Amino acid sequence: MPLLAILAATAVFCAFLLALGRSPASFFQLVWTGAFGSWFSWRNTLSRAAPLLLTALCVAVPAQLGLVVIGGEGALVLGGLSATWAGLQMGGAPGPVIQLAMAAAGAAAGAVWLGIVGVLRARRGINETVTSLVMAYIAIALFNQLVEGPLRDPASLNKPSTYAIPKAAVLPTLPGLDVHPGILIGGVACVLCWLLIARTTTGFAARMTGGNVRAAQLQGLPVAWLMVGACALGGALAGLAGMIEVAAVHGRANASLVAGYGYSGILIAFLARQNALAIMPMAVLLGGIGAAGGLLQRRMGLPDAAVLVLQGMIFVAILASETLYGRIRWFQPRATA
Amino acid sequence: MNSVETVLVAMLAGALRVSTPFLFVSLGECLTERAGRINLGNEGVLVLGAMVAYATSYLTGNPWLGVLAAAGAGAALGGLHGLVCALTRVNDVAMGIAILLAGNGIAFFFGKPFVQPSAPGLPGIPFGGWSSVPQVQSALTVSPLFLVGVATAFGMAWMFRAARLGLRLRIVGDSADAARALGLNINRTRLLATMAGSGLAGVGGAFLSLVYPGSWNESLSSGQGLMAVALVVFARWNPVGCLGASMLFGAAGALGPSLQAVGVTSYYYLFYAAPFVLTLAVLVATVRPGRAVRGMPGELSIAR
Repeated sequence: MPLLAILAATAVFCAFLLALGRSPASFFQLVWTGAFGSWFSWRNTLSRAAPLLLTALCVAVPAQLGLVVIGGEGALVLGGLSATWAGLQMGGAPGPVIQLAMAAAGAAAGAVWLGIVGVLRARRGINETVTSLVMAYIAIALFNQLVEGPLRDPASLNKPSTYAIPKAAVLPTLPGLDVHPGILIGGVACVLCWLLIARTTTGFAARMTGGNVRAAQLQGLPVAWLMVGACALGGALAGLAGMIEVAAVHGRANASLVAGYGYSGILIAFLARQNALAIMPMAVLLGGIGAAGGLLQRRMGLPDAAVLVLQGMIFVAILASETLYGRIRWFQPRATA
Repeated sequence: MNSVETVLVAMLAGALRVSTPFLFVSLGECLTERAGRINLGNEGVLVLGAMVAYATSYLTGNPWLGVLAAAGAGAALGGLHGLVCALTRVNDVAMGIAILLAGNGIAFFFGKPFVQPSAPGLPGIPFGGWSSVPQVQSALTVSPLFLVGVATAFGMAWMFRAARLGLRLRIVGDSADAARALGLNINRTRLLATMAGSGLAGVGGAFLSLVYPGSWNESLSSGQGLMAVALVVFARWNPVGCLGASMLFGAAGALGPSLQAVGVTSYYYLFYAAPFVLTLAVLVATVRPGRAVRGMPGELSIAR
């Protein structure tokens, strides 16, 4: 079904290109080259997909309980900042120790930040969508305040940044692949989350709560704890994404962290229909389309926003296709005897 | 002027100027949400509106045509949101993010050629002639769009309270069952409310590119469209409340830079976060389990 929707969106986009007098064939050939055509472009694609895997999980895990958390951006930003802080504190330690401390600090910051959202929802009944959005803005303000204030490296003039993390703490690329390990960490996280959701009693309790809160409460399930836990786990994953961006890409915390990965993650989670395993292909696909932007600009003279237009169309088509589930007989789940 | 006056004047200017895009987007969001639907895509609409307004003003030489075109473009993008969300099982939160991306994409795509040229902007109306201080004069140079926004806020409040149109819209937003029983067309009402709301958001974008900051580039919006969602919660879905909240957000946004101008450089960004902390505090203080926020439309997907 998502494939059908992608095809439909592609057809509309072709019409859009033809109307502008551009060749759709060369456009998609370039997207292919830019995203998956060479090892260089694969590398670009995978490093873009890495944070998306984790921020999409940040949406998909709470979604099992029927919660719509859209504040992954805040958890990512604060996770990256506290990971940087941890890395700077541990200056002389061996690399793996610093990396572990950074990952722990990043995940903890994200978990606390979205855990607050979970507590407010579970204890006070405050809607998680609104609070997580508001908290994301507070997080970004806090981030800017700290990066431009107490944590700022005075040498960074044009683009305020923190001090660089120790050389030893920079995540090495995967051996033989020259890709930073974020994609591996993200992939493992997807599989673990899938196991947690689909194969454990906790996951079952979460899905049951998502299906019917009253029924879950009457069964004596710890609904409040599940809500807080799911939000905190999501936040921890987004915080880890921030740590990876710092430790593998930027080497320090600055405004490049606030790149909208949190918001793209929301869409990927919805495209994957909140299925942790389906997040992986979706994140790679979107990472690829994003990676092709630069090539399009150079070769076809199209603004790199062309890929944004294509992405937007794909999203609209896929979300609209949700309505077809269960309507067309071919897609209905098989009746079990 | 001493430094306290400088800060106060800058906050006044912020409340009258920086607030205007907030005002239009939050009024649009308020209208859409009162009909029972949420539109996170108004951020994309804002950016698209800014681009369309700037391009139209540049090509025709008439900024007011730009404002109209921005409203039209916003309504068109809002119409897409409204049409798709009317299908069953389509999540309006996710759809809003998709619209946000699409709006940004279309605006950046077609806006590339308009980054360089300068288009005629909207002139302001000087209300500060009585003062001899240039800062006060510039602070009180009010854009006609702000006045339009204020009128819209009061007009909308009246509409929700007394006009047939507004009452119908509220029924659709508060209880779909009641609306069905009255024979109201729910989908059409929501579609029109979403289109009108996005049209207003488009005008907010026109303010960004034609008045203040008054140019078009890809980093023109600093997330005002998404912030408007929080702002509407803060204003309790009341249009006049949206006016007050927008002015508060505008003044808070101007507080940081103006404090910096008089030598207070710390806590610059924390002042910017103040309205959000306030929103959160209001939510924590007023919401009780099992009871919706006062004023929240019952059919809103985030109300359940």
